[in-house]
Amino acid sequence: MIKQSLWPRLRKRFILHLDPVLLAALGLLILTGLVVLYSATDGNWSRVLAQVVNILVAFACLWLVANIPLHYLMRTALPMYVFGMLLLIGVALFGEVSHGARRWLNLGVATIQPSELMKIAVPLMMAWYFEKHEATLTLKNYFVAALLLLLPVALIARQPDLGTAVLISASGFYVLFLAGLSWRVMGVLLAAALGSAPVLWSMLHDYQRHRIMMLLDPTQDALGKGYHTIQGMIAVGSGGVLGKGYLSGTQTHLDFLPERTTDFIFAVYSEEFGLLGNLILLGMYLFIIGRGFIITANASTYFTRLMAGSITLTFFTYAFVNMGMVSGILPVVGVPLPLVSYGGTSMVTLLLGFGMLMSIHTHKKLVQT
Amino acid sequence: MKRRVELKNTQREIYYFRLRLVLSLGFVLVMLFTLLARFVYLQVVKHGHYQTMAENNRISVVPIVPNRGLILDRNGVVLAHNYSGYTLEITPSKAGDLEATIDRLAQLVEIQPKHRKRFRKLLAESHNFETLPIRNRLSDEEVARFAAQSYRFTGVEIKARLFREYPYNEQTSHLIGYIGRINESDIQQLDENETAANYRGSDYIGKTGIEQSYESELHGTTGIEQVEVDTGGRGVRVLSRTPPKSGNNLVLTLDARLQEIAEQAFGNYRGALVAIDPSNGEVLAFVSRPGYDPNLFIDGIDEDSWNELNNSPDVPLNNRALRGQYPLGSTIKPFMALAGLYYNKRSPSHTISDPGYYTLPGSSHQYRDWKKGGHGSVDLFKSIVVSCDTYYYGLATELGIDNMFNFLSQFGFGKKTGIDLEGEVAGLLPSQEWKQKRYKEKWYGGDTVSAGIGQGYNLVTPMQLAFATAVLANDGVGYRPHLVRQVQHSGSNEAPVPEAKPEFTVALNPEHLALVKRAMVAVTQPGGTAAQAGAGAPYAFAGKTGTAQVVAMKQGEKYDASLLSERNRDHAWFIAFAPADKPKIALAVLAENGGHGGSTAAPIARKVLDYYLLGKVPKPLPTVNAAEETEDD
Repeated sequence: MIKQSLWPRLRKRFILHLDPVLLAALGLLILTGLVVLYSATDGNWSRVLAQVVNILVAFACLWLVANIPLHYLMRTALPMYVFGMLLLIGVALFGEVSHGARRWLNLGVATIQPSELMKIAVPLMMAWYFEKHEATLTLKNYFVAALLLLLPVALIARQPDLGTAVLISASGFYVLFLAGLSWRVMGVLLAAALGSAPVLWSMLHDYQRHRIMMLLDPTQDALGKGYHTIQGMIAVGSGGVLGKGYLSGTQTHLDFLPERTTDFIFAVYSEEFGLLGNLILLGMYLFIIGRGFIITANASTYFTRLMAGSITLTFFTYAFVNMGMVSGILPVVGVPLPLVSYGGTSMVTLLLGFGMLMSIHTHKKLVQT
Repeated sequence: MKRRVELKNTQREIYYFRLRLVLSLGFVLVMLFTLLARFVYLQVVKHGHYQTMAENNRISVVPIVPNRGLILDRNGVVLAHNYSGYTLEITPSKAGDLEATIDRLAQLVEIQPKHRKRFRKLLAESHNFETLPIRNRLSDEEVARFAAQSYRFTGVEIKARLFREYPYNEQTSHLIGYIGRINESDIQQLDENETAANYRGSDYIGKTGIEQSYESELHGTTGIEQVEVDTGGRGVRVLSRTPPKSGNNLVLTLDARLQEIAEQAFGNYRGALVAIDPSNGEVLAFVSRPGYDPNLFIDGIDEDSWNELNNSPDVPLNNRALRGQYPLGSTIKPFMALAGLYYNKRSPSHTISDPGYYTLPGSSHQYRDWKKGGHGSVDLFKSIVVSCDTYYYGLATELGIDNMFNFLSQFGFGKKTGIDLEGEVAGLLPSQEWKQKRYKEKWYGGDTVSAGIGQGYNLVTPMQLAFATAVLANDGVGYRPHLVRQVQHSGSNEAPVPEAKPEFTVALNPEHLALVKRAMVAVTQPGGTAAQAGAGAPYAFAGKTGTAQVVAMKQGEKYDASLLSERNRDHAWFIAFAPADKPKIALAVLAENGGHGGSTAAPIARKVLDYYLLGKVPKPLPTVNAAEETEDD
């Protein structure tokens, strides 16, 4: 009797709220990441092990969030957003400068980067806001939601942290789009943006224009950021169809590739596994995104639909921006390759998002049956 | 009814939502397809091009490391320079079995166990693809021998490089500091300052002293050479070149000869000396003894030398002038006298009768004067000349700690002087507030009494005391002390000496100042505590002796140096400036465990002043200590 009831109880306690399909796909991608990391660190086990610890922590977060019922999750939206905004204002006023940017807040016990929190808090807040006004949506509501997005983005862009600002803008835009922002408004906004670009350009200082040009033409800054792009493109291009083989990338192992464990890890992968490897990697991302879409399509409430859609599309944006900048079609902004790059913070943020997806998926089932 | 409408709405809503979702999916697919197209372009269409760039004809951006700027003294004497030499370097990732390689190398060039040890240490700290030196400063013969055999060694090469050298060794170690190999924390620092790109190719960075504080001036700007490189990594031809810009030369305010004379004047004493030009804050001599050989650190110090330096009871690595904190003892008295006059607690003519001790009203505890039986009738002038403790016990009590704190802090006590060296400490000027915070205890009358003669909680660094003396000597006008006089930009020989601007002015009555200065001149004349050291000085020599207790004496116990072990003897202080009417130099000397300021510290000051003002060089060896010879090996 007791033996029999043990399994269902364990199941209920630990894995009921996990989505096995998504979990398997995430696991496979993360494992690939570890394999590439081993090569990128020249076989440094301690770095790989540190990343394993990051992953375990992140999975613990995923499990925790997946087990939180959605109405609890919704309740955290407002306090989390307000808290995040306060921290961002704190950063702007008292933040610590590092790498020429003011992103960190020293709380005495630990230094934190509030913009990371906002990656979750902004779409959550916007989805919550739309859910609250679901019955009576007017253009005004979209305007307010856009304001909820633009305030933190402006603060983060000022730090400056372009990568995070882009990602949060994207995640917020996805919420607006999925919430049904009318095509006409989007058309007007797009036209306004395109129309004002030449005016803005003429208003910029020479040095600011120079900076933008540098983003567009990396060879102008061969020792700085441009060096990254040039070496990244050489690594990708020289990988060819089949790649140079695991642990045999010359760009990687002759020290030509900078930041090869973090933002440029895709170059390492691409050099060693070639076009074929890239196809497989794109396939893995597409599979995870597809699973996210299925969960989104089946989500039961307005809030969960918006949230799931935004999480999925933001994940895609992460991957696209990173691979785009390494292969030289996008300017270099500091965005890691999701679930592959070394680093604990982005791993935790991403898996938190996937934890929410799983919660959205599994708690709905419970309601239905 | 109502329910049905809602249901219908929801269904329509879901329909529109899914429509948008499908559009999103389409967007995702298009973007991923764009990426794929880009990959095909890079990896198939342009594969040949990038393959060539990566493998056969890699265009590599080679940094050209700039020459580090020189450090010169005010007269152009070289204190840090570069010389070119050969180094034997190994690339661990290419060399295969490292131990075997080194064994074979040892047959050609001299490789001692310490070289192997240092190499292993560097290896542990390095990345795989760095080249690491196994031997520096090869002789021409060794270079020739290796060159003939070099085909036998893969991943080993001879490189011509510039080496840093500090010709003055120990004498300028605490001042100039040293450079060392860039380590993990330096890299972090560089990343944070966004200067990492400029350090591409650099192996060294300033670690302490001037080398650290002026790193950004000394390093220079790294040049770039775009080189076509073949598979073996050998340069084929240079495509373009941006030459490096050498680091700037620093001309110090220091007088190297004066520094040398000050060093020698210490004999075997440990301690520190800082000499400042009071009219502009230029530091003329900056001694901390013992020093160490900074050349040992440049390429990573070997373990034995490190242990010897680190475990020595003399703590040679401690920069006493900048970071050593000591009670300032009786050298506080001229400043206290000024405070007494300023707050009208003492007039020049006010006289006390000194029985040899002081008691607080309503207490029997005796604060003793250093002279048993006392100095008899003492006025302000005499109190400085004979260093009467009793006078200042009473004065301190009448001033109160708040006034003392406010007045003394004007001279820089308890604050960093702001000298252009990193790592300065602030000393300690006690206040009621400070004691409450630090000890959670209120300030007692007895605390004020001992603070009045510079004991108790008071702590100063030799740097601070020299600064305070300079401010006093310059009639209260303070200039920020600094070691770098000019920065000579590479390419141009002359650089203007920036005009010194006074940082602050302590409001003092000229009559009060004149009185205290006269008393300080009398200190070095017959009847004063430094009469012996002042004998025959042809200039007006103002000074004040001081003694800093190392071990506290019990009530009624008598200090007897002969009974105490050497390390427990008092520290000797002496502050001085000269010529008293128009001071050109002000200084503070500390001789650790030197006993009396008048007998050990003052003679050191006298030698420094004699050289600086008269150009007089002391006889080869002072008689203070006979063991001096060991210094010169």
